[in-house]
Amino acid sequence: MITFLNQHGSELIIKTWEQIYISAFAIILGIIVAVPLGILLTRYDKTAKYVMSITGMLQTIPSLALLALMIPIFGIGKVPAIVALFIYSLLPILRNTYIGMKKVNKNLLDAARGLGMTTMQSIFKVEIPMSMPIIMSGIRLSTVYVISWSTLASYIGAGGLGDFIFNGLNLYNPSLIIGGTIPVTILAILADYLLGIFEKKVTPKTKRSEV
Amino acid sequence: MQTAKEIISFQDVAKNYRGGNDAVENINITINEGEFVCLIGTSGSGKTTTMRMINRMIEPSRGKIIFKGKNLKTFDPVKLRRTIGYVIQNNGLMPHMTIKDNITLVPKLLKWSQDKMDRKATELIKLADLPESYLERYPAELSGGQQQRIGVVRALAADQDIILMDEPFGALDPITRDDLQDLVKHLQEELGKTIIFVTHDMDEALKLATHIVIMDSGHIIQDDTPDNILQHPASDFVKELLGEERLLQAQQNTLSVSDIMSKNPAKITLGQSLAEAIREMSLKHVDTLLVTDDNNKLKGFIDLETINDRYSKYSNVSDIYQPNRFKVKTTSYLRDTSERILKQGYKYVPVIDNDNNLIGIVTRASLVNIIYDAIWGSEELDNPEGIKLPDSIAKESDNA
Ligand SMILES: Nc1ncnc2c1ncn2[C@@H]1O[C@H](COP(=O)(O)OP(=O)(O)O)[C@@H](O)[C@H]1O
Ligand SMILES: [Mg+2]
Repeated sequence: MITFLNQHGSELIIKTWEQIYISAFAIILGIIVAVPLGILLTRYDKTAKYVMSITGMLQTIPSLALLALMIPIFGIGKVPAIVALFIYSLLPILRNTYIGMKKVNKNLLDAARGLGMTTMQSIFKVEIPMSMPIIMSGIRLSTVYVISWSTLASYIGAGGLGDFIFNGLNLYNPSLIIGGTIPVTILAILADYLLGIFEKKVTPKTKRSEV
Repeated sequence: MQTAKEIISFQDVAKNYRGGNDAVENINITINEGEFVCLIGTSGSGKTTTMRMINRMIEPSRGKIIFKGKNLKTFDPVKLRRTIGYVIQNNGLMPHMTIKDNITLVPKLLKWSQDKMDRKATELIKLADLPESYLERYPAELSGGQQQRIGVVRALAADQDIILMDEPFGALDPITRDDLQDLVKHLQEELGKTIIFVTHDMDEALKLATHIVIMDSGHIIQDDTPDNILQHPASDFVKELLGEERLLQAQQNTLSVSDIMSKNPAKITLGQSLAEAIREMSLKHVDTLLVTDDNNKLKGFIDLETINDRYSKYSNVSDIYQPNRFKVKTTSYLRDTSERILKQGYKYVPVIDNDNNLIGIVTRASLVNIIYDAIWGSEELDNPEGIKLPDSIAKESDNA
């Protein structure tokens, strides 16, 4: 452990940073696209079905294959990796946003409209706050997936902690494999934990002494 | 109400949901300011559809609606809704907003100042008869009845003068429902709000409404005051909706004395002798005779006991008759008369017309059937002869 850190300490920090960078980029892109799209889809139920099944299909492409497919389009490096991971992050966020919005009590929507809220006011003051826990759990799920899959990104030259793991595999060096795996696991757990705190913050209270 | 201003009028309105039959058709309703209108009917009869056309949550397919003198279509739907209170069955309170934020939801949309909203919230929590501290609570921390109180007062937060309510108390227990009915009646009677109220509960409609619209499969079956509907149900459907018990009770409430009196009371004229009086009594099996003059004007009565006491000294009816303490006009309501007979112990009451002519009598016996029917009438088992009003009473009182 100590020797591993002595040997690879600075590299570890750089690779961890790369991993965070790639994952965060993919996730943030995913949120930016999937949340509004999910909300939009709640207004177009028929289109929603198609979009959901397309993103569902994309999800079933094996991750390595998807990464490989990126190479002819984007070459190698971080960009194709981010694009591929972004595609993976879409479905859970999109689906949860759509379902979360759809599950909001119809009575509340009726009241919101009947009291004179515009569609936008209903979305921002009622539907999004009410579906926040479900949207957030989609984001957490995506984040954990993307962080662990981003190790595969090293395969197409995107860097990250996957470099340790693949090197370890090539050189039959278990300490490299473990040295790459543990930080990935910690990253995933940490990200989930931080998002959990964030979720509580953005989920509106429904009782005085909650949280 | 008679001089009230028309505020909403439906003119040949129909609604056709895409592809289906007409959900409602030929809807013509006029609603005046300050009225309490109940839309009542079975499930699917088009009550909600009709109501929601008023705040443009549903657009008519045909016909038009005039709102405050203008075509409803000229009003912007969102702005319109902020001027019309809206209350739904499951209160529609926002779970993630405090009671105060819920109450001031519309004022906030209208960008009122915080100060003004605070004052409004305090005013309305009092109207809802809940402690001010509840303003800081969330809906989940209130009982169902309390939540719906907030739902009701929220509809007034921006000083709306019209309130739409769609089966607002359907999910509440009877006692809570009663309280809330009092609250909304207060809004209409004391605060002058115009209320359009959808219900399928006839008791509720009769208690609250000044104007009932009865609907069945998308059509208006009857549109009238509660009294008129009870007196003149337009069809068997309406009768069924009202129920036999209510119809009987309504009948009693509006039966007049002439409907149940006997038209040939045992009587005698002033000029006749006491001997004739006794003969008449034994003939008619009564112990009292009404006394009239030769022109049939009611003078008083004479009873067996008095005759017995004074027979030795007097020989004419005019010598010993006594004036009546109590008599009624033919047009009097039976409910008032029956109360006096029953509570004050009169055995009978003479009935006169406006010129004091004796034209009938209501006896204690003739009241029995009416009371019997009003109380037990719905329980057919206890009523094997199937006694019906008013025939049975006419028969009974003719024998009296
Ligand atoms: N959005 C809709 N699409 C199609 N049909 C509808 C819709 N809303 C109501 N209906 C139909 O219109 C009729 C009247 O419905 P509604 O006004 O809700 O009745 P009520 O409130 O009296 O129960 C019913 O037959 C119902 O099925
Ligand atoms: Mg309805």
